[in-house]
Amino acid sequence: MQDKQIRRRRAVLVLLVAVSLILLTDYFGSPSSSPLHSVQRGLAEALAPVQKGASTVLSPVRDVAGWVSSTFDAKSQVKKLTNQRNSLYAKLAKAHVDEHQLEVDQALLKLDDSTGVAAYHTVTTSVIGKDLVYWYETITIGAGFGDGVKVGDPVVGPGGLVGDVSVVQSDESIVTLLTSPKFSVGATIQNQSNTQGLIQPAIRDPASLRLDDLPSTAPNILDGQEVVTSGFVEANDSFVHSLYPPGIPIGTVSGTSPQTSVQTSQTVDVTPLVDFNNLSTVQVLTKPRAGA
Amino acid sequence: MNRESSINLWIRIAIVGFFAVVIQEAAVSQISLFGVTADLTPLVVMSIGLLAGSLPGAIAGFAIGLFVDLVLFQTLGVTSLLFIVVGYWSGRLRELRDPSHGLIPLALGALATLVTGVGMAVIQFMLGVDAPVSWLLVQQIILQVLVNSLIALPVYEIVRRLLYRALPSDPRRRRRRTYTSAAMSPLQRPSERLSGIPRTGQQR
Repeated sequence: MQDKQIRRRRAVLVLLVAVSLILLTDYFGSPSSSPLHSVQRGLAEALAPVQKGASTVLSPVRDVAGWVSSTFDAKSQVKKLTNQRNSLYAKLAKAHVDEHQLEVDQALLKLDDSTGVAAYHTVTTSVIGKDLVYWYETITIGAGFGDGVKVGDPVVGPGGLVGDVSVVQSDESIVTLLTSPKFSVGATIQNQSNTQGLIQPAIRDPASLRLDDLPSTAPNILDGQEVVTSGFVEANDSFVHSLYPPGIPIGTVSGTSPQTSVQTSQTVDVTPLVDFNNLSTVQVLTKPRAGA
Repeated sequence: MNRESSINLWIRIAIVGFFAVVIQEAAVSQISLFGVTADLTPLVVMSIGLLAGSLPGAIAGFAIGLFVDLVLFQTLGVTSLLFIVVGYWSGRLRELRDPSHGLIPLALGALATLVTGVGMAVIQFMLGVDAPVSWLLVQQIILQVLVNSLIALPVYEIVRRLLYRALPSDPRRRRRRTYTSAAMSPLQRPSERLSGIPRTGQQR
């Protein structure tokens, strides 16, 4: 009895496997118009309404399960998207920094092209500190005597003259800005008469400058005219000269005072070209007399 | 097992198999969990084999596999072949070991899903499907094994309840009968078996 059962079981198993293999072989090798394919299509058509009905009946279950699944999926998506957003923020911030740096580099390049400051052996460096106490009177830059920087070297930035080096250390220096009360430089208004004077910060407004000691008879001083360093050299004694090379832009004339007959000199307001609030890269002219 | 109860069992297996495939195609296959969908059919075949034995398991596996292939327009015989293996060996496990642990359906469900997934991939590659063996395929199989493991116990319980009255003898009921009667257990000594009966001397 037991043997009979075992034999029957094995026979059925062999039969099922054989039928499966025959079906597989026949189906795989036959074209789509074969009887097996036709049977498959027919059965699928016959079952289609059943499947459709079941799909409709089970749609609430599917929706609930789909909602649960979607919730889990959404949770994992939130974490993933948060990381992605943070990464994009970081990239955006870097892009902004790069964009700003590009603008600075372009401005410096423009300055190089227009004034030829590259001839004065420039050292390009970053601003690593600002004196926030008193209207950006000084800034700290990341170049020192190791880079060839000396006290008195002119410093230019995007737009024009920034100031000069007042303290030098091994790898950093302090620059006195153009807006500092301690700073003054000979300047020329670029007009027909090339009127010369002395640039000093305006009283009570460190953000703007004054051009003093202009001849009272100086003609044709108009708003918008460019003011540049004069780079004067004493005609009789070449050792007496300005520390700054000529032609470095400082600012533009932004206001002229009405003249009175008793005044021996006149003063005009100058708006600096350099934005001291957003200064990030500057160039130190380590050999300002190279062109002389 | 008489002829009537045998017919009753086959009818129930057919109904279970039919609805398992329909539910799988109409609902379960459209629910994605961890990026994969659960597959009820190998679990149902495993449950039938584990409850009814190797021969019903193999025949149910063949029929359900053929039905799946027909409905899904797959190559006929592939799923049948795999489900025969699943159903037959689930049944043989019951016949040879009669496992009593409650987590056996879970482990067997995972194994059945693994056999089905790997076997399907192997047969498809043998039939010349031009797809690269990628880590993604392995990942999908592993995830489906995990998802099916989660639902293996409920599926087994549902199938057991549906086939319960038609089964020749319920394994749990049989085990309970074997181990709850102290007098029947060969592992206990006579003194232990009689320890619950008050002795005459002690009464005094």
